[in-house]
Amino acid sequence: MARTDVQLMLDVKAGDEASFELLLHRYRTPLVNFLYRMVRNREQAEDLAQDVFLRVYRAREDYVPSAKFTTWLFRIATNLALNSVRDNRYQKLEVSIDAPVTMDAEDGDERPLDIPEKHPNIEQHLVEDARKKMIRHAIDKLPEKQRAAVLLHKYQELDYAEIAKILSCSESALKSLLFRAYESLRVELAPLVAMQVKNQG
Amino acid sequence: MESRILSYIDGRLKESERPDVEKHLAACASCQLRVEEFRAVSGLLDELPVIEPSPAFDARVRALVAAEPVKQSWWAWLHVSPRVAFAASMLLLATLWLGFYQRPSTQPLPWNGNSQVADEQMMQDLPVLEDHDVLSNFEPLKELPPPVQADEASDSQQQM
Repeated sequence: MARTDVQLMLDVKAGDEASFELLLHRYRTPLVNFLYRMVRNREQAEDLAQDVFLRVYRAREDYVPSAKFTTWLFRIATNLALNSVRDNRYQKLEVSIDAPVTMDAEDGDERPLDIPEKHPNIEQHLVEDARKKMIRHAIDKLPEKQRAAVLLHKYQELDYAEIAKILSCSESALKSLLFRAYESLRVELAPLVAMQVKNQG
Repeated sequence: MESRILSYIDGRLKESERPDVEKHLAACASCQLRVEEFRAVSGLLDELPVIEPSPAFDARVRALVAAEPVKQSWWAWLHVSPRVAFAASMLLLATLWLGFYQRPSTQPLPWNGNSQVADEQMMQDLPVLEDHDVLSNFEPLKELPPPVQADEASDSQQQM
């Protein structure tokens, strides 16, 4: 039976480096994806994710399993991401949200899954690509805290209490934050949402 | 209703809340539409692909961890460098010793560096001392009759 995160962390505390490797393998992809969606830059996201792991390692001797490991891990990641976003806000020239639909460097980071197989037609591929870009930009436009809440809720599937702890707010404040975020996404993605609803109906 | 819509979609509503929400949704077209639209948003978010960390990611984390200094307690540090600890103790002792013996010399002493100021002060005080000596040893003053009592003085004034 696989050891729990807390057990692995306690083993790291006891000096077992192999357990740290297991935690690294378990959480590197979720962390890099979360941070990538937060800071919108792959290289920076990887740097931040490495920093998260380093902080976890540094804190090993003082680690007390008082909360879920993921709460602690994503709290570190969220704080680093929010600080980074605030630091970068006026420094970094972002890709304009109105930029024409092209395969830019940022898009190149994402694997196109099996779209070429599904849609051998290049035109269809471009439509799919534009759709993804629209979704990504809708997430990017959310205020940082709402964005963090949506990412933790949707992609990490953490429960409300856990996300509330990570974002240092009450559970009801989190629900309100998430509702506002989904409202913004609904409005921003209105054409796609209407299409989805129509297809479902 | 706002706070319950997402919980309903996520399937995280309390069992006690579910009937109320379902009843409301059956009667409220706009809330029903909202639920469908939020489900659509959730479905759209699923379309974003997952990225994989670069191949060098693990190696970089390992390098960062390996570069971390090994934590040691104070006693372990003293054990590793007893010479530094000895030198620091000696320095502390020397500082205390110098501080203790140097302190008196910081006070102005009459026979030391500030003797001129002290001499001047003593010269100024001399006349007062002399006056005291003259008055206390002045023979004629001892021959004077004892001072008149207050009552007697007032009587003599009335008689006059």
